[in-house]
Amino acid sequence: MGGPVSQSILVVGGGMSGMTAAIEAAEAGYEVFLVEKNSYLGGRVAQLNQYFPKLCPPYCGLEINFRRIKNNPKIKVFTLATVESIAGQEGEFDVAILQRPRYVNEKCTCCGKCAEATTMEIDNPFNYGMDKIKAAYLPHDMAFPMRYVIDPALVQSPEAQKVKEACPYDAIDLDMQPQKIELKVGAIIWATGWNPYDARKLDTYGFGVYPDVITNVMMERMASWNGPTQGKIIRPSNGEPPKTVAFVQCAGSRDENHLPFCSGVCCLASMKQATYVREQIPDAKIYIFYIDIRAKDRYEDFYNRVKEDENVIFFKGKVAKIEQQEGSDQLVLRVENTMTEELHEIAADLVVLATGMEPTTATEPLPIPVAYDDYQFLPGLVVQPGIYAAGCVRTPTNVAEVVQDGTAAALKAIQSISRR
Amino acid sequence: MEKKIGVYICSGCGIGDALDVEQLANIAQEEFSVPVCKTHAFLCSAEGVAEIKKDIENEGVNAVVIAACSPRVMHDVFNFDGCVLDRVNIREQVAWCQPPGEEDTQMMAEDYLRMGITKVQAMELPEPYMPEEEMSKDILVVGGGASGLAAAVAAADAGYKVTLVEKEKELGGFFKKVKRAAVPPYKTFVEGYLDELIQKAQSHENITVYTGAKVEKTAGGPGLFDVTISQNGSTVQHRFGAIVLAAGWVPYDPNKLDKKLGYGKYPNVITGVQLEEMLASGKVKKPSDGGDVKNVAFLLCAGSRDPEHLPYCSTVCCIASVKQALELKEADPEANVYVVYKEMRTPGQAEDLYRKAQEAGVIFLRCQDPEVESGATGLIVRGEEDLIGEEVTVEDLDLVVLATGIVPVTAFGEEVNPPQEDEESQEEPAPTDIILKSDVLNLEYRQGPEVPILKYGFPDSHFICFPYESRRTGIYAAGCVRRPMNVSTAVDDGVGAAMKAIQCIELVHKGAAVHPRAGDLSFPEFFMQRCTQCKRCTVECPFGAINEDEKGNPLPNPTRCRRCGVCMGACPERIISFKNYSVGMIGDMVKAINVPDEYEEKPRILVFACENDAYPALDMAGMRRMKYNPWVRVIPLRCLGSMNIIWIADALSSGIDGVLLLGCKYGDDYQCHFIRGSELANIRLGKIKETLDRLVLEAERVRFETVTMSDYAKLPEMLDDFAAKIEEIGPNPYKGF
Repeated sequence: MGGPVSQSILVVGGGMSGMTAAIEAAEAGYEVFLVEKNSYLGGRVAQLNQYFPKLCPPYCGLEINFRRIKNNPKIKVFTLATVESIAGQEGEFDVAILQRPRYVNEKCTCCGKCAEATTMEIDNPFNYGMDKIKAAYLPHDMAFPMRYVIDPALVQSPEAQKVKEACPYDAIDLDMQPQKIELKVGAIIWATGWNPYDARKLDTYGFGVYPDVITNVMMERMASWNGPTQGKIIRPSNGEPPKTVAFVQCAGSRDENHLPFCSGVCCLASMKQATYVREQIPDAKIYIFYIDIRAKDRYEDFYNRVKEDENVIFFKGKVAKIEQQEGSDQLVLRVENTMTEELHEIAADLVVLATGMEPTTATEPLPIPVAYDDYQFLPGLVVQPGIYAAGCVRTPTNVAEVVQDGTAAALKAIQSISRR
Repeated sequence: MEKKIGVYICSGCGIGDALDVEQLANIAQEEFSVPVCKTHAFLCSAEGVAEIKKDIENEGVNAVVIAACSPRVMHDVFNFDGCVLDRVNIREQVAWCQPPGEEDTQMMAEDYLRMGITKVQAMELPEPYMPEEEMSKDILVVGGGASGLAAAVAAADAGYKVTLVEKEKELGGFFKKVKRAAVPPYKTFVEGYLDELIQKAQSHENITVYTGAKVEKTAGGPGLFDVTISQNGSTVQHRFGAIVLAAGWVPYDPNKLDKKLGYGKYPNVITGVQLEEMLASGKVKKPSDGGDVKNVAFLLCAGSRDPEHLPYCSTVCCIASVKQALELKEADPEANVYVVYKEMRTPGQAEDLYRKAQEAGVIFLRCQDPEVESGATGLIVRGEEDLIGEEVTVEDLDLVVLATGIVPVTAFGEEVNPPQEDEESQEEPAPTDIILKSDVLNLEYRQGPEVPILKYGFPDSHFICFPYESRRTGIYAAGCVRRPMNVSTAVDDGVGAAMKAIQCIELVHKGAAVHPRAGDLSFPEFFMQRCTQCKRCTVECPFGAINEDEKGNPLPNPTRCRRCGVCMGACPERIISFKNYSVGMIGDMVKAINVPDEYEEKPRILVFACENDAYPALDMAGMRRMKYNPWVRVIPLRCLGSMNIIWIADALSSGIDGVLLLGCKYGDDYQCHFIRGSELANIRLGKIKETLDRLVLEAERVRFETVTMSDYAKLPEMLDDFAAKIEEIGPNPYKGF
């Protein structure tokens, strides 16, 4: 038995599963590199308003996890970073990381002077482009690391120098270059998560055509106080609160033309979002168009709770088409009631498409050849010796299961190091 | 320790614009005579930190007060080994939320600095808890099914010694009965799914297997679990570091099902488990006469999702039934197989299995309330079909298979009645946990012999963000005892629970706390001479960390402790304290607040804020530059449950006008990281009434609010509201006493 070449673990993806994997391994005493593509940790979870079924804010659990990272010198975090190449094998991987420039260094105190000095605005990626943000920005209120980011467009602009000079702490470095970081690691956990399925591909649903057709991830931002509307649920077309909101389940999911699998969370997410609407707009009426309501485990209780609300109508039917008549500002959903086979036309002010989860590996596979399943998910906890998968890159699922998964992957990675 | 205090005040990030920093330094020097006090324009810079380090090295400074940004940022910058440290938050919670240059803003910062200096005066460096006895790194796995096997093998592969205890004669759990498993990616059925794990568990040099065995007794705590295992009438004892509870499940008792499903009445109505056994033996025959089976109907949710039986969804029955339907179809493509369901739940890639069954000709009927009857030529299933909107009748059935749900083995047994509180006491009793005598771990804990139940018999606690956490430190549930799950998930779950067990062992061996204060080296110490055996600490500890001797004296088990301080808040004698967190320390901080006399018309409001949620929310309000009332003085607590009501009494008797508690949501959907800290704090407030009456003070002077982390937009209003109320009531008459 040869000695271990490297005792460290690389975790790729700083969302819930990756962050969990990193922290769990580090708290057991192992050295971990955590690589995240965004400028902050937390992934998709950071963009949620509340979790089902407790209707509690994700910031709460993130705060604990961030504190665990702060208190643990074994974790080294790289944000704005992606894995460029992987070579070698279990116990001795050579990994090249590419870190894009943040243009802000560790001297940043988050005082906000750079944002004050900036006039340039960019689409806010955190809010799925639903609003604008200054091009010198803090990604969100609880961003970790708590440090500003300068958009490359600002760096290129004539304003750049002025913004740099506005920083009292010399924290802005306009000459920052992409950095290549080479690491030697013993094991790799791939936890790069998911992307919302592109609703533009659902051509009969009018997403991108009608402003009042939005997706479930956009609804999360709209319901969040730090979102584009300060938490107000409105019709994007006119800023008015919607009186009728329609949730279209399986928008592209369980559909062989789009995502043939079930994403496992959209039913519960829509029911949760129905509670957002009902809390804000007491007389709003809600339709949930579904095939099957998939509320497994004790989430059934949540389903029962939402069902008790008379204003929430569970409508078993597949939405065929969403249209807006000319001259009218109302959307009309053509739905076949699968119970009665009748065709219905139902008017709504706001339509939320419950789009599913596409694994990030569908568009950004690993830089080395590995096996995928039919839908480009990684095939299981063990991808190949030394490489493990965790979270929604492996199977679409909810936060609790992703945490479970990340924890399991951490031990697999530890085994991989310790048995050598 | 002999302390030499250094106070460092930053004037950056707008602090210098909002405050007179030199005046602030005068407070430290004149009121507290601190030997070292410096101001800096950019304290977190390399130069700023170097200056502090220089003073630590050359001047012997060992107690550092940083008056600058929130302790939640620059944590790695202001980190000085061997020093006690307090971070006085004059940025987010003063300069950024108060108008610059105002007298009130300055007074707020001055008070915070007084409180910080007072705090480090009372703080000591924590020394890790190291028991005299030798701690173990071995892991006990209870249950030899899918998750238990996986946990044992995973921990053993990582180099830990594991003991696996299985109550049946052989390993494998429920899956002994299953020949072919439907597991991701659901392309083919997998035979002997657990065989490799079983073989590994039996042959692994790090694993000791006891079959036909049970856990008779579990004493101690993490690192020190002394477990008695019985097998064949003899017992062995062993010390373990941590425990994986993977004791599994049993199918819901079909005899309890609604009579209209026909179980017990018609011999050819069987359960999915019975069919699984038939499929494994290769003989699917009618129980009535041993005849061939051609027509089969599966009835899903038999007793599941039903408030009369199992209110939850067992998650696996849809997949298992579809698998069985497919197996029947594969064995005989001419067979007529019906699946009668309520909602088809095949999440993730399991949707493929559902599609495959549809393609294979399995007929799916959606009925919410089917019934089973007997006909001349076989069983009949009748029900209103949702999709066609009329009644359907399926006749000539040879078998009706009821898909019964999963019941965790922890759901059985009599409920432990907690010992009654003192009859004389009029106080509202502390809420008690649901603990059932399920005969699984037989814990020697004062609070009861098993892990407390969250709901429906499942012993978890924070099932969203921290799903492995139970209310018993060092005991991690895995598999279907934790929540219903498919076998492949159960295998992964066992690995995850083993991870938590290993982590717990490693932390405990360093004398450190586990989640959520992982790495914390402080622990509660009891000044026993003053204990009155009131039992509040033993009753209120959410993690059952404190046992009792026969006289009612508390017997703390520090390795079970999560360091929340609930015991410290509970103790009326104030005999429980941490080296760096104590009743005296917070009390001194309260007393350090300067209370102007009533003619100055500057009321003072003390805010105790949970440091996990309310305090960060206040920070975020500051980051957003929201403004709120300048009379508030915030003290973060480890958990609101560590709030001792003496602090409120002290505050009010020293002239502070109001006390506001900001804690997490409690109840069924509690958000407290220590389960019931905020709830306990609220109950304790019930007792403050006495104090208020004695002082002839208005009850409205003390208020409790629940806040979540994302309520930061509402916080300013909450604080202003309370301030308005206090103004309305008028000044506290005890000012100046």
